[in-house]
Amino acid sequence: MLPLMARVRGRRRETHDTWTLAIDAGGLKFQPGQFNMLYAFGIGEIPVSVSGDPGRAGPLVHTVRAVGAVSQAVTRLKPGDPIGLRGPYGTAWPVAQSGSDIIVIAGGLGLAPLRPAIYRLLAERDRYGRIAVLYGTRSPADILFRREIERWRRRLDIEIEVTVDHADALWHGNVGIVTKLIGRAGFDPGHAVALICGPEIMMRFTAAAVESAGVAPERIFLSLERNMKCAIGQCGHCQLGPTLICRDGAVMRYDRVRPLMSVREL
Amino acid sequence: MFASTVRSMTPASHSVLTSEGIAALLEGLRRRGYRLLGPTVHDSAIVYDDIASLADLPRGWTDEQGGGRYRLVRRDDDALFGYAVGPHSWKKFLHRPSELLWRAEQTADGMRINPEPGAAEKLAFFGIRSCELHALAIQDRVLLGGAYADPHYRTRREGLFLVAVNCGQAGGTCFCASMDTGPKATAGFDLALTEIISGGEHRFVVEAGSGAGRALLDEMPRRNAAPEDIAAAAAVVAKTAAEMGRTMPAAAEVPGLLRRNLDHPRWDEVAARCLTCGNCTMVCPTCFCTTVEDIAALDGTSSERVRHWDSCFTTEFSYLHGGSVRASARSRYRQWMTHKLSTWWDQFGTSGCVGCGRCITWCPVGIDITEEVAAIRAADAGRQTGE
Amino acid sequence: MLTRGLEQLICEHPAFAGMAREHCELIGGCARNVRFDQGQYLFREGEPADAFFLIRHGRVALEIAAPGREPLRFLTINAGEIAGEAWLVPPYRWIFDAQALELTRALSIDARCLREKAEEDHDFGYEMLKRFTAMLVERLHAAQLQMLDVYRVHR
Repeated sequence: MLPLMARVRGRRRETHDTWTLAIDAGGLKFQPGQFNMLYAFGIGEIPVSVSGDPGRAGPLVHTVRAVGAVSQAVTRLKPGDPIGLRGPYGTAWPVAQSGSDIIVIAGGLGLAPLRPAIYRLLAERDRYGRIAVLYGTRSPADILFRREIERWRRRLDIEIEVTVDHADALWHGNVGIVTKLIGRAGFDPGHAVALICGPEIMMRFTAAAVESAGVAPERIFLSLERNMKCAIGQCGHCQLGPTLICRDGAVMRYDRVRPLMSVREL
Repeated sequence: MFASTVRSMTPASHSVLTSEGIAALLEGLRRRGYRLLGPTVHDSAIVYDDIASLADLPRGWTDEQGGGRYRLVRRDDDALFGYAVGPHSWKKFLHRPSELLWRAEQTADGMRINPEPGAAEKLAFFGIRSCELHALAIQDRVLLGGAYADPHYRTRREGLFLVAVNCGQAGGTCFCASMDTGPKATAGFDLALTEIISGGEHRFVVEAGSGAGRALLDEMPRRNAAPEDIAAAAAVVAKTAAEMGRTMPAAAEVPGLLRRNLDHPRWDEVAARCLTCGNCTMVCPTCFCTTVEDIAALDGTSSERVRHWDSCFTTEFSYLHGGSVRASARSRYRQWMTHKLSTWWDQFGTSGCVGCGRCITWCPVGIDITEEVAAIRAADAGRQTGE
Repeated sequence: MLTRGLEQLICEHPAFAGMAREHCELIGGCARNVRFDQGQYLFREGEPADAFFLIRHGRVALEIAAPGREPLRFLTINAGEIAGEAWLVPPYRWIFDAQALELTRALSIDARCLREKAEEDHDFGYEMLKRFTAMLVERLHAAQLQMLDVYRVHR
């Protein structure tokens, strides 16, 4: 699979180690939850979820955290720079379930892969019942897409709650783990679909809490992550038991992945 | 596996060749422009390599194999194919250990990525065993059967000519009979040979499995097979099947057995022996895992992406967020074995194992996959808890 | 009449679900309405833990003061939740500060009054402990998960 030659069109710093790049990929389309392999010339590739609006034409938006050689190189690219891109790969968030209440729970950088789903939900607002977005992160300085969250908060038809693990006295919002917000969120567990993304520990305790709140595991979806090289099901790296994350995920149903997440070192 | 086309063993469908006929086969393939690959003796083992003529084949050799043991020993006859499988499988010719995928170069306005499709080669595998035919089909499924076909594998796979050999003796570690992958080749070949040495006569019963095979066979000096030739060939295969020293439980049973027993104490036991050397993954004919390396030129104007064989036994294989998901030897052995025998079914719809025994022979400590399955089966924790 | 109104509130509170009427009355006898303006402290580190609070409206932040820096906020408590655990065990002293983030109305429950009643009536004491243990376990788990710092980058 050959990367296509794409170009960076925009770059915005989100937090101290996270940037959002807008990449012109010639009109490539994607479904919320899918990812692309981004190639930094001479260095390598990384899988990055698309974090932009699937309904909007134009550059594909990706939010990248600089943690290794490739991601650091990618986050240093400037508008006008070339970048390799191949994709989109992977499964999508199931936002086609009309009539349900939707509860979206994001942890840390997990808000990025969920943002396209939120855009889609808002674009088709009439199809859904109550929508709640719960977002937990490390500290107020780590809040992603802050202006956008504030914009969503001003709407009357969606509930947004943000919490942080710790803060100083300048923060007047919630402090505590994100599952604490579930009890207060307005949704009918019997008719809800939950979309969850964040560090794996967070997804484990959050999915358990959502299930305890009464949502059936077949209606809870997680976005999982493993070492990825080819993204097309031929290198074997992204295996999680019987699944290949690049092909059967990253978005997977909780009833299927719960037994896999509970086996140590699977 | 794949639907086996049962070929009716009527005398007219089979021919008999002598050694001269075999030599003529090789020559016929060479004239058709094939690169001939077959078994040779090298470094005290049977390895697959380029061959030019009959003289390159391991005439009169056999192998003694056991857990962690491999020796070549002289036979008391002149059999051309009187051995089982060696450390190599044919995968190294189709799914190569290193493959240049593409080259990126800097241009005035950015970069350009140039594909490297690789030269198309007409390859002929001379002497492929039934288990290896099944392994080929399994790799076809992985590398060609998904949403994305590997162009490098496909280029070499498409022109492939396969001359199979039905094994005349079971290797010391083989268990193809219980895996339903041999010893007789039933499909997927162009020609299949059964070598028969009896009563001072050295002959080969040959079956055509395709139009191309039929066409080549028609050019050879041969006679039609008589009923006694067919019977002799069947007897060879039956003898081989009866000699297998190991078995694997039925395909319907093993995937669930391993799925239920992911925390079985046996994994700790085998982990204490396993060196995580990865030999098993290198010699296994179906193991396909790879990694990629980006190599930039020193002047920074170009970069190559190369794909290499990789092994799930390395700690880097499952690297994620600063550490390995499978850090312990226990988890890595479990990954390999459960993938091979259980989750391969979920991912690709077949078993990953063909019963060739290589992993047993080439494991430095002689870990035996059939013994591990038997041990787990004997104390099936999943069953006992009424799962 | 005021006492009856309070025991009603207490019986209806999720923390005391299923409690017998007489027990709600016992608690009600130790309770009174309180209110805190934004910025006011419900309790401060080091003070005697004489009461705990059933938050009815508003929001409270648990904090620790540190020299040379802004106070560190590690938990916010909302309407329907309970603020304060130190009153349960000796030496009955607060180890954190609790500040009202907005106008907050609560039921303040006199801890000494409640502890005495629990000593007199062990059935009542057991019912209280069952409920508070459940709350503490949930808080402990949440605190432990929070401590894991799961959003930190791992290298």
